[in-house]
Amino acid sequence: MAQSSITGDSITAALKDRIKAVHVEITDISGGCGQAFTSLIVSPEFAGKSSLKRHRLVNAALKEEIAQIHAWSAKCQTPEEWEKENAATGGNDGPPLDGTASGEVVGVNQ
Amino acid sequence: MFARAVSRHFLRPSALPIARPAIPTSFTLSALQRRFLSDETRQAIDKAVKSAPVVLFMKGTPETPQCGFSRASIQVLGMQGVDPNKFAAFNVLEDPELRQGIKEYSDWPTIPQLYVDKEFVGGCDIIISMHQSGELAKLLEEKQVLASPEATESSETKQE
Repeated sequence: MAQSSITGDSITAALKDRIKAVHVEITDISGGCGQAFTSLIVSPEFAGKSSLKRHRLVNAALKEEIAQIHAWSAKCQTPEEWEKENAATGGNDGPPLDGTASGEVVGVNQ
Repeated sequence: MFARAVSRHFLRPSALPIARPAIPTSFTLSALQRRFLSDETRQAIDKAVKSAPVVLFMKGTPETPQCGFSRASIQVLGMQGVDPNKFAAFNVLEDPELRQGIKEYSDWPTIPQLYVDKEFVGGCDIIISMHQSGELAKLLEEKQVLASPEATESSETKQE
């Protein structure tokens, strides 16, 4: 694991496996190096948990992965929240792009 | 405008031991050993967390953030109207011990990290979603860390 590079697919597979994510969208925000990601994660395991606890759950599940990449951003929703937001935004729910400029994050390599 | 208005304040935390490697740093230790937080680093971070009601560990300074996530977080705190006198920022890029140590300390893998009233609030994603939902405004108001409206206005006028 430590040697292989992290991809959107590998993160998706890990989340489906480790926190029973039912839907994962990963966007590369690295602008080239391929080691910075933002994500939308939908899992029933988030139900009844605060935002902080949801992020901690994801951080724990992806401890190795996050340690290796340069940037990580996540939006954690339950299936119900995801459906609701999708309906409200006309299917435009997706990974957060806050902190990025035109979908790239600057300065995280330092 | 927030960052510029309060720039002088941010120089103060830099004078704390944590911002400069006044404590012996462990550059020579192996990567594995460095993963364990030394007592000295923990105490220095304790001190940093207590140094103001609102504390942000970030990359760069409020005036010149060195990362988009730190920039977004500073902007949110500015929009919320956090009182500059109740705020401190620590630049993790200035100190490798702090940069690694804060991740262990908070059990949080990324920078920036926000503390309010010595309690860990979250990173950029959480700061932004709490900003959008109104939870952040509620928290900051409850903790009485917002500048009075007059003070905010006058400092903004000065900048414009």
